[in-house]
Amino acid sequence: MLLLERRPVDSSLMRWASPVLALVLTVMTGFVLFLAMGKDPVEGLTFFFITPISDLIGLAELGLKMAPLLLCAAGLTVCYRAKVWNIGAEGHFLMGALGASAVAVQLMDMSGFWVLPVVLVAGILAGMLWAAIAAGLKTHLHCNEILTTIMLNYIALNLLLYAVHGPLKDPYGFGFPQSVMFAESALLPDLIPGTRLHLGLAFGLLAAVSVWVLFARSFIGFQLNVVGQDQRAAAFAGFGARRLTWFAFLVGGATAGLAGASEVTGPIGQLVPQVSPGYGYTAIIVVFLGRMHALGIIAASALLALTFIGGEMLQIAMNMPKAVTGLFQGLLLFYLLTCDAFIHYRVRLRAPVRKPTRVAAPAATQEA
Amino acid sequence: MTAALRLKLENIVKEYPGCRANDGIDLTVGAGEIHALLGENGAGKSTLMKVIYGVVQPDEGRMIWNGHPVTVDSPARAREMGIGMVFQHFSLFETLTVAENIALGLPADEARDRRKLDQRIREVSGRYGMALDPRCYVSTLSVGERQRVEIVRCLIQESTLLILDEPTSVLTPQEVTALFATLRQLSSEGCSILFISHKLEEVRSLCHNATVLRQGKVSGDCRPGEVSAADIARLMVGDDTPISTQVSAAQTGDVLLDVRNLGCKSRAPFGTSLTDVNFQLRQGEIVGIAGVAGNGQDELLKALSGEIRADWGEIELDGVRMNALSPGQRRKLGVAIVPEERLGRGAVPGMSLAENALLTASGQDLVGRGMIRFGRVRSFSREVIRRFGVRCIGEDSTAASLSGGNLQKYIIGREALQNPRMLVASHPTWGVDVGSAVAIHEALVALRDEGASILLVSEDLDELFQLCSRIGALCQGRLSPLARTAELSIEQLGEWMAGGFGSAEATHAAA
Repeated sequence: MLLLERRPVDSSLMRWASPVLALVLTVMTGFVLFLAMGKDPVEGLTFFFITPISDLIGLAELGLKMAPLLLCAAGLTVCYRAKVWNIGAEGHFLMGALGASAVAVQLMDMSGFWVLPVVLVAGILAGMLWAAIAAGLKTHLHCNEILTTIMLNYIALNLLLYAVHGPLKDPYGFGFPQSVMFAESALLPDLIPGTRLHLGLAFGLLAAVSVWVLFARSFIGFQLNVVGQDQRAAAFAGFGARRLTWFAFLVGGATAGLAGASEVTGPIGQLVPQVSPGYGYTAIIVVFLGRMHALGIIAASALLALTFIGGEMLQIAMNMPKAVTGLFQGLLLFYLLTCDAFIHYRVRLRAPVRKPTRVAAPAATQEA
Repeated sequence: MTAALRLKLENIVKEYPGCRANDGIDLTVGAGEIHALLGENGAGKSTLMKVIYGVVQPDEGRMIWNGHPVTVDSPARAREMGIGMVFQHFSLFETLTVAENIALGLPADEARDRRKLDQRIREVSGRYGMALDPRCYVSTLSVGERQRVEIVRCLIQESTLLILDEPTSVLTPQEVTALFATLRQLSSEGCSILFISHKLEEVRSLCHNATVLRQGKVSGDCRPGEVSAADIARLMVGDDTPISTQVSAAQTGDVLLDVRNLGCKSRAPFGTSLTDVNFQLRQGEIVGIAGVAGNGQDELLKALSGEIRADWGEIELDGVRMNALSPGQRRKLGVAIVPEERLGRGAVPGMSLAENALLTASGQDLVGRGMIRFGRVRSFSREVIRRFGVRCIGEDSTAASLSGGNLQKYIIGREALQNPRMLVASHPTWGVDVGSAVAIHEALVALRDEGASILLVSEDLDELFQLCSRIGALCQGRLSPLARTAELSIEQLGEWMAGGFGSAEATHAAA
């Protein structure tokens, strides 16, 4: 009989080996899936994982996708460390894109260095506003934030759709649901000339570093950690859970809002309905894969960015469906959560014991 | 004692990673013998119990039950053999009745016939003087009554060896007397009892024989009735640890804390609400609050710390109304709290000692401009470790890696080093080894001598009588009058713990 036995001490090796193991299992499962679909697995995996990053343009595209993931994940890390289960980065992101676009469209005729910051700040504020709704519902009405943030994601998406079909629609856009192209002054500068890589990646890296400083050095980061690890100790110490919940939500909203703003002012240059392929949701995987640590989420966002590009590559090169990106992301999260069990537990082989003739008293074996 | 051997353990060894919890233990318990198992926390008592009760398997050694070598592979098997166990923390479902709880531990055929079972419960509980109504919900029972349910459960399962893990820690003195009468009756009928405790006077009055454990080994056997408590304590702690504190008389000053008509609705399910609590704390005195756990101690502590807000009444510290202040603000006024739960309230288990210093001591210049000053945090933490003799690898050890006594010394030290004007300590030496308990008592007395007011909430009456200048008791959320320790008899305090104080007055105030 296989038994899962609680480890006396959590395995610090497994904490970091688990993501690697999950990745290996994901690749192996992908291999089997390619076989089952009648495709050459080696070729498929190469197209998915290797080809996209084999030249500078590809690497730039990777950075391009990393930027929003990293920004969203940085904010979510703050939330999840405090055990605030904010699933709403997607909504914050969309609202950020919408807010930034609304302002950018108003400033079409302006030029000057101040236009871009104003547009970005508008995105940040829009994301924070959206997060504030969930924060208020949680702290004042005790609404479960997982449910409210997911529902708010759909509301945000529909608001965005309304905007591109209505008030923000380009009057000369041949009826397509999209805004006008923004003015040059509202666009993010490129990081590497000749590629689409823009300043957004710098924002993302800056956010990751800030998160690192927050948790490694600041008192508020310490308080967030305490609330996350031990609610009663936090209450005893007088670290207000309500205040910290607001802080976590607002940071989450701000970074995801900035990600949305950077996306419309960066590679897209206008507001379109498909502004996000699910960055806000994928960022959740990034945070867990990256062990809620700054360096970890940088690496994990690169890996998850690859799944987006790899998925596109497979669509083009091997005629595979778009769902392959979601499939790989889902597999990765599934295996990660499974492997994470081995941080706290280990597997033991034990001979089956003789069936006891009496029903065990409640919880007696756990006590003493 | 008697000739027939009920249980014999030979050379029991149980090793956990990094710790030899039982290192060649021999133990014999005769039929009808009340045998004490003594030892400090971490001496290996719990492990040995778990071995006997089949919760864990020993790595080496033999267990002989009624003359036959046996292997106990599960608690179910132990119960089948006739070994019953009453845990310190009861394993009862609060939402079920007494009879239902007992039925859970019985074979299906016996459990099915409820009327017969009710009859048996009444019979057994009546015979041993432990009145119980089988149809009562456990949630409505007092702690003492819950313990009776556990004992009756073992008796109905026809146990011939009863293991009791610190059974008196939750009882009033009167309840202890009743329990002992029951145990003596059981013993005279041939039931063996393994009595785990660290209260030496109880062991001396009840037990025939005692086995003392220290660091996983048997450090001695004795007949507790024939040796002094100090001799037994020596066996428990070894030769180089002081076993009690000499407490000098207190020099009391002005009133520091004034609590008037304090009332507080409990926020926890099955919690106790505070009603009309009145008392004053003076500078330089230790005031004790006795009472059986769950009679409002936790609520009183939280109302003083600011974790919950008082619903009625006034809390004033040196003339400053504290009712609406947060825990952090109260701490700035000089209030320090040592909660009952060391891990998971007083300290975060997975964090280092240094980080845990930050939990309450951030006001000691450990944080500047929102950033943690790690150098100062570490030196503060090292200072606590040094001054209070906390045994640990260093300030980077996690709180969870320390023994209860050492962590408690650290928590008390963390509060004491902040020079509090008032310290509220809840069960500071509960489950703490003798050496640490002495150190903790000394720290409290030293704080008192510096002029701090100390409120000591404890179930350990010896501790209260030793340290406090005035003592009262909490019962069902009401506070008895506070009496001078010198003028208070233990019987009087026991009555107060059971609620025998001016109930007419209390109902008047509640109305």
